[in-house]
Amino acid sequence: MANSHHSHDDSSHGSFKSYMIGFVLSIILTAIPFGLVMFPTISKVATLWVVLIFAIVQVLVHLVYFLHLDRSAAQRNSVVAFAFATLVIVLLVGLSVWIMFSIHTAMMAK
Amino acid sequence: MSNLVFDGAKGHDHGHDHDHEHDHGHHDAGEMKIYGFWIYLMTDCILFASIFAIYAVLVNNVAGGPSGHDIFELPYVLGETACLLLSSITYGFAMLAMHKGNKAGVLGWLFITFLFGLGFIGMEVNEFHTLVSEGYGPNRSGFLSAFFTLVGTHGLHVTSGLIWMAILMYQVSKHGLTGANQTRLSMLSLFWHFLDVVWICVFTVVYLMGTI
Repeated sequence: MANSHHSHDDSSHGSFKSYMIGFVLSIILTAIPFGLVMFPTISKVATLWVVLIFAIVQVLVHLVYFLHLDRSAAQRNSVVAFAFATLVIVLLVGLSVWIMFSIHTAMMAK
Repeated sequence: MSNLVFDGAKGHDHGHDHDHEHDHGHHDAGEMKIYGFWIYLMTDCILFASIFAIYAVLVNNVAGGPSGHDIFELPYVLGETACLLLSSITYGFAMLAMHKGNKAGVLGWLFITFLFGLGFIGMEVNEFHTLVSEGYGPNRSGFLSAFFTLVGTHGLHVTSGLIWMAILMYQVSKHGLTGANQTRLSMLSLFWHFLDVVWICVFTVVYLMGTI
């Protein structure tokens, strides 16, 4: 990525450097949420947001540095498949949880 | 057929020295298999997403039993997470060794990856055993059923990855880094890193959000 080697080799195989960047970022993105939950220093709502955002960022870090998803032509089909799976997951989880919690609230109201 | 589908995606490769190392037709077939395996992983994502949805719905149904707050031990989960993350980076080193044609390196890094994966599974089995022996098995409450289903499904995936890895270590040591073995190593690489991604969601949604 940063070096001058063929972009194809780096993007689909990764290099020592890219694996180490992913590894160090993952350690940081894991340590901070665990630290905040084990030793609470900020409010619970703020902690929840930090934990969720760090998880999403870490998933992206893994996708880029370990699974080598990027915008290169060789990866386009994989990225499209992933984007579609993400859409299905958001609908599946989001709508299921929405429906079930609405039912829960409606039942409690009566 | 496979060449037709991949022509556009592979077009930019022509002229790079890289391709001369491989038999071109075989290389394309391997790429196609890896892409097919990626499609399988996306469906596996949807399986996990369904179980996450079930967990989210059932997490508060503790039926008078323990909640996540009572039974989760975060330092222990941090240990499991470290095992899996370390196994991810060591598998990455195995792939780098593979691209350099270093067979001994591949086998060495795969063995270390296997040990970290085994450590993870050992810790998880121990956690499940402790919970069940305390009377907090999957039959105790809706929450615990969903917990065991979600974490157990991930554990089963890691276990099958370990079996696959053991078979691949045997095949690489016997037949070397053949084209077929390189394709298999690339697919297991996707599978292994994918399981680490699922684990990020597990420790966030189950353990961290359950403890906050």
